[in-house]
Amino acid sequence: MGVGIEVINLNAWYGTNHTLQDINLHIPANQATALIGPSGCGKSTFVRCLNRMHETNPIARVTGTVRIGNLDIYEDAKPVQIRRRVGMVFQRPNPFPTMSIYDNVASGLKLNGYSNRRVLDEIVEKSLKNAALWEEVKDDLKKKSGASLSGGQQQRLCIARALAVDPEVLLMDEPASALDPVSTSKIEDLIFDLKSQYTIVIVTHNMQQAARVAEKTGFFLNGRMVEFDATHKIFTNPSDKRTEDYITGRFG
Amino acid sequence: MIRGFIDHLVTFLSVLATVLVILPLLAIFVYLVYKGASSLNLDFFTKIPKTPGETGGGMANAIVGSAVLLGLASVIGIPIGIGAGVFLAEFGRGTRLANAIRFTADVLNGVPSIVMGVAAYALIVSPHISFLPFTGHFSAFAGGVALGIMMIPTITRTTEEMLLMVPNAIREAALGLGVPNWRSVLAITVKTASPGIITGCMLAFSRVAGETAPLIFTVLGNAFWSTSLDRPIAALPLQIYVFALSPYDDWHRLAWAGSLVLIALIVLAVSLVRFVTSRGVLKGTS
Amino acid sequence: MVLCGLSIFGIVLLIAVELIKRSDLAWAKFGFQFFFRADLDPVTHQPIYWDPVNGHFSALPFVYGTLVSSFLSLVLAVPLAVGVAIFLTEMCPLALRSILAFLTELLAAIPSIIYGLWAVFVLVPLLREHVNPSLIKYLGWTGLFADDNPTGLGFVSAAVILAIMILPIISSLTREVMIAVPHSQREAVLALGATRWEMIRMGVLRNARIGIVGAIILGLGRALGETMAVTMVIGNTPEIHHSLLANGASMAAVIANEYAEAVSDLHRSALTEIGLALFIVTIIVNACARLLVWAVTRGAPARVV
Repeated sequence: MGVGIEVINLNAWYGTNHTLQDINLHIPANQATALIGPSGCGKSTFVRCLNRMHETNPIARVTGTVRIGNLDIYEDAKPVQIRRRVGMVFQRPNPFPTMSIYDNVASGLKLNGYSNRRVLDEIVEKSLKNAALWEEVKDDLKKKSGASLSGGQQQRLCIARALAVDPEVLLMDEPASALDPVSTSKIEDLIFDLKSQYTIVIVTHNMQQAARVAEKTGFFLNGRMVEFDATHKIFTNPSDKRTEDYITGRFG
Repeated sequence: MIRGFIDHLVTFLSVLATVLVILPLLAIFVYLVYKGASSLNLDFFTKIPKTPGETGGGMANAIVGSAVLLGLASVIGIPIGIGAGVFLAEFGRGTRLANAIRFTADVLNGVPSIVMGVAAYALIVSPHISFLPFTGHFSAFAGGVALGIMMIPTITRTTEEMLLMVPNAIREAALGLGVPNWRSVLAITVKTASPGIITGCMLAFSRVAGETAPLIFTVLGNAFWSTSLDRPIAALPLQIYVFALSPYDDWHRLAWAGSLVLIALIVLAVSLVRFVTSRGVLKGTS
Repeated sequence: MVLCGLSIFGIVLLIAVELIKRSDLAWAKFGFQFFFRADLDPVTHQPIYWDPVNGHFSALPFVYGTLVSSFLSLVLAVPLAVGVAIFLTEMCPLALRSILAFLTELLAAIPSIIYGLWAVFVLVPLLREHVNPSLIKYLGWTGLFADDNPTGLGFVSAAVILAIMILPIISSLTREVMIAVPHSQREAVLALGATRWEMIRMGVLRNARIGIVGAIILGLGRALGETMAVTMVIGNTPEIHHSLLANGASMAAVIANEYAEAVSDLHRSALTEIGLALFIVTIIVNACARLLVWAVTRGAPARVV
């Protein structure tokens, strides 16, 4: 089951670059929330603050509070623990090329100490089914390497890998931007199905995609969150003029 | 959590490994300075070694001898090395021949220096051939040739690397001026990459300067002044070797001083190379 | 230019031809057996491997010495080299990185003779006084550490100085292949909730392992051919003992010691044949190593080490 995310006064820096300024929002549980905005507006940085990946860069800095469920992820927990509960899918698919499909999906589990063969088999199958990849690979699980699949399949493999550790939140940073339209629509269908089990935050460049999959949408501009509301409202009757300019294509 | 413990353990072990590796380096330098600095005086650089039992003397003949050897080595190694490097980068890029040459240069690089000495002996020193000049006996020529051949792979590789770093825009500009291909390459591309190519030569030079094994039975060493290519010659690393293993304290002192001089030169060369390649001086284009 | 390139072929060919030609005497007399035969002393019935004055020639003790000292040096060098590479690539603060990398480069540039000197005057006494007694006391039961060599020279000393010498090569090449692993792989592992070591193990080392093997083999190639430092500390005794603390000899060392004053043509030919064997082995080892490293760094001209 997913949990809600509370963000309070979040600020982030890359060196001296103040990438995120005073972000406040509440991401509801068991829904998909989209984050849109022009290139460089900070939406990727924001999402990386939610699983403490932003701080892996040596010149990065974060202040503020992020609560996932009841847990303050910066004060009360270590990054390793957080990343178990918050999964991430990246822009370019990055399966492990030296591992088989099975081992890719199981990699997160093995890191956390699962070694029982039967348990692993079950979870791998369940994750691949959730990622709508099972039927395509079930006969080659251990024979094919993660890198031998097509782009769309690789991305679904990465989703399965993220789901295998049973996170509560799934972060997706432009997951379909490197894929063809057919694969993209498969991923979007997937998000629709996954919503009921996880809280999904999806960063996207593609406004139509946000409109298709997300209940709520946030519009980021120059490191600030300009507007955060129900998706249909953002796209039909935005409150802020800047949002309206972006939606109608006047910039970005 | 045991995972956290293992993580910290690995960090500790990696730091330990680094310390253990740097330690011998510092130990060697400190020891060389401690042992050699006191014997470094003007005599060292101007006099030849005295017979054992007498104090004083220096390694001047060895320094001069090394200079002669390295001079000959450079005359052989640098043109061939740069020529091959230019070929690999400019004319044969991507061809099977180029790949084969690059591979062979690597093979040559991996040949142990002692085997080079054996080959040089067989080809030049061995009395079986005696009609060519410089052949048939131990000579500086034999050693110089061996060292020169050893310089070739390093120079070839760095020349190729540096030339590949010259942006294509420069080549196109040269061609656009209507100059036939090979001339434009030489005039402009090589000139642009020349700081890098020179540092490559310096690197090869400093590597070869410290080589002892190929000299043992080619130049043989010489206790007196000699700069002739046709006779055995003294060389710094060789002299250090002989003196260090001798039973005379005086000669030990000289060996340490010589080692200090040798390593100082090499540190200088390596530092210069690093300075040039890391500052992007070789980028050339302003 | 082409001529320069082709001359490299010519040089290697010439070397090979000369080595083969000059080994002919020994080859004709002993054949391939040269590398593992032994004459027996009529009185003591102990094997005599190498006695040039009396015409006994067998390369076995030298092959044994080269192999033992080289592999032992790998055992010592590889964990340290990989440890340094991991530290420099994944853990080291940026400011420190270039200094340490420079120092490792310096280690690679120190001539063999200086390593040899330092080994003879510093390392060997150190081992003799402080390390060997412990080895004999605690590990003597393995049969590998006997107490019969008071000089401190021998395989262990040779292996230690060799390890120090091949460390920079293995380390810098390992670093190169680790850096070649794309950053996205590291992020993927981190995002699954891995600790830093787990990220290095799964995201970097796993991907770079072929190249790391190549780096190790390259280090082996260097160790096999190393001459001066080994000559000065291995003891130059053409005998075979299973104690690692015993004196021994290596292929490169015996050539360096005896070639100039070889007592007979057969002697010289035998030494040349040893040189030929070294030549062939190092070519094969280096070729394998370069192929492996090339496979990971995808054909960009590898840095000359």
